[in-house]
Amino acid sequence: MLYREAGQFKTSYQADQAIFPIAQDRWFVWGLVAFGFLVLPLFADQYLYTEVLIPVLILSLAAIGLNILTGYCGQLSLGTGGFMAVGAYAAYNLALRLPETNLIVVFLFAGLMAMAVGVLFGIPSLRIKGFYLAVATLASQFFLEWAFARVKWFTNYAPSGSVAVGKLELFGMPIQTPMEKYLFVLAIVVVMTLAAKNLIRGRLGRMWMATRDMDIAAEIIGIRPLYAKLSAFAVSSFFIGVSGALWAFLRLGSWEPLAFDINRSFQILFMVIIGGLGSLLGSFLGAAFIVLMPIFLNQLPGILGIPMSTALISHLEFMVFGAMIVFFLIVEPHGLARLWAIAKEKLRLWPFPY
Amino acid sequence: MTLKILGAAVAAAVGVTALAAPALAQNEQFIPALVYRTGAYAPNGVPFANGIADYYKLVNARDNGINGVRITTEECEFGYATDRGVECYERLKKKGPTGAAYVIPLSTGVTFALTEKTATDKIPLITMGYGRSESRDGTVFHWNFPLLGTYWTASDIILQHIARKEGGFDKLKGKKIALVYHDSPYGKEPIALLTERAKRHGFETMFLPVTHPGVEQKATWLQIRQQRPNYVLLWGWGVMNSTSIKEAVAVGYPRSQMYGVWWSGAEPDVRPAEGGATGYNAVTLQHTAGQFKVHEDLKRHVYDKNQGSAKWDETGEILYVRGLINAMLGVEAIRTAQEKFGKGKPMTGEQVRWGLENLNITADRIKQLGFDGVLQPIRVTCQDHEGARTGRIQTWDGKNWKISSDWYTSDDKVIAPMVKDAASKYASEKKITAGCLN
Repeated sequence: MLYREAGQFKTSYQADQAIFPIAQDRWFVWGLVAFGFLVLPLFADQYLYTEVLIPVLILSLAAIGLNILTGYCGQLSLGTGGFMAVGAYAAYNLALRLPETNLIVVFLFAGLMAMAVGVLFGIPSLRIKGFYLAVATLASQFFLEWAFARVKWFTNYAPSGSVAVGKLELFGMPIQTPMEKYLFVLAIVVVMTLAAKNLIRGRLGRMWMATRDMDIAAEIIGIRPLYAKLSAFAVSSFFIGVSGALWAFLRLGSWEPLAFDINRSFQILFMVIIGGLGSLLGSFLGAAFIVLMPIFLNQLPGILGIPMSTALISHLEFMVFGAMIVFFLIVEPHGLARLWAIAKEKLRLWPFPY
Repeated sequence: MTLKILGAAVAAAVGVTALAAPALAQNEQFIPALVYRTGAYAPNGVPFANGIADYYKLVNARDNGINGVRITTEECEFGYATDRGVECYERLKKKGPTGAAYVIPLSTGVTFALTEKTATDKIPLITMGYGRSESRDGTVFHWNFPLLGTYWTASDIILQHIARKEGGFDKLKGKKIALVYHDSPYGKEPIALLTERAKRHGFETMFLPVTHPGVEQKATWLQIRQQRPNYVLLWGWGVMNSTSIKEAVAVGYPRSQMYGVWWSGAEPDVRPAEGGATGYNAVTLQHTAGQFKVHEDLKRHVYDKNQGSAKWDETGEILYVRGLINAMLGVEAIRTAQEKFGKGKPMTGEQVRWGLENLNITADRIKQLGFDGVLQPIRVTCQDHEGARTGRIQTWDGKNWKISSDWYTSDDKVIAPMVKDAASKYASEKKITAGCLN
């Protein structure tokens, strides 16, 4: 009923290949973007911006990056935190040493540096696969963490190894208040998600997916594994690098290498797995789930007015959160995005299923 | 079917939220409490949080609040994770009729992350004995208050003690001093001071980082066994401290030549090592173990009514007392602010900042408050947000912490120029114009 497609005829190739072939989807996404840009700023308070929207958006971007590599190209990586750190420190150093640089250029530079490092650490993927590659990328995580903690130049010789960014501005407009930061992040995330979607739909994405599904078969039909795998590492690291710079500049403000430790890598891998491998929607759903659910569980007893000791709430949070992850993985191993796809199938037939 | 249940649950939750929104009493002062009662650092986080909570209860029960303004507080657990700490701060900063009076993060990482946020939100950040060492310069760090000493003060006091043992700073020449530190901004703080002192007095330094949470230190202590430094300074936290002491026992490094910072000098740090910790030393920034006059009030007004957060035997522990002191300084700052902005009214963060900057706790006042024998007079000014930089060395005798030195005062001839350098660097990075706020 809600999703009735009857009467939506595609009369051109262009219409057939649109990102959202169903009109309802199209309107929904346009509505969501408009809501994000126009309606939310009318009523959102600071807490919603700084603790809900901004972190979810930035980590979604990181999850998209990892999803390109792991979900679309099938290369398991545990180096996400390290690549985010590359983006963060590249952006920091450019902004510090050339203070007049435009913020957009700073973030592009962050992405490009992460891209270079990502390609470098992606080279072993040509020889090693699966779990072994995961271990190789783990090495990159530890190496990068070590480099940013030990090589003083990266942190501008700060005595404690903690660095901070100054006031941000774009074309003379300040990016200071949570709302300005949110809009900036949202704009970047929307543009980059669109770019990711188009890359995935195009030749490059098809190459990645062919490599993921069966690399030997892909090679036989003429896909060069070197190019497919390294381009996946490059694009993925670019996204992750930009998200790392955003995380450092707009979320943290001041940070130390610990902000991009191995736990960050795991967190983003879990987002991708819970959200759904090989799905952009899944990246957003996974990020929202992993970031918001613990905070929600932590506040729930307070909201419901149940008196409980702080420690007990915290222990319960871990237990319930863990149980939920297990529950979702049992109910739908393909992630939250798949749950949504099933719901959509049902909505097509609702209210008269057969 | 399941959807219906879910819908009903959501509806119920929304309904309860609407009902539970409490009527705001006007004459209340809200103080958020960022705590860690779980995780790797809980053994140290719990007594500190208890001390703070109990002091607020005491002020409410004994004096009916601060000049009639009752203290309300809410704990938020962050498990020593920086991002969750910031989330807690954002969650609690607007509560109460005037918002948060001040924030005590009890984590150097959270302090770094909040330093800018609190300046925008106009909420003072009290970091008693930790945080950024250069933040004592109140002309740049308007909202940071590293009361009763910083890491530079702490490490300087330890070096002075070592120098006195050796017979003067000139005797340190050629000696080797190692720093075993938690690999985070917290652990790296003393490096600057040690390097500066090493340059002046010609001793060698060894910096040995230990990664969080610090249960794996075999390689570190192997290096110590090979290099045999004359002294080892320990900048650990939580489980890292007891591991260090156990490793020192394992490689046969004398504990009497080990000096911990105050984060490494509480009961949970030495007890797990059992007999092994005997002779181990730590610096205290004024606080000590034991029960004092304030404990009599605490017993009468809080613990006899079964309102205490801890067990009564635990109230003499180092970190519990430190929690009491920290809460007391905050309460006294609010009291000072009330004298200027109106007695019996809740204060805003901005007013409490004034109170902190004009905090003057004399010896008489310390006696009145029941902290006789713990504290020395404290006087905060705009230029000096530290208030006092004295400390003593304590030694673990196997059962208790015993004070084993006189009072030391950190040497401002060394530290003041370093503070000035670091603060002006921060000011230029952040484009802050130095000066006093009113």
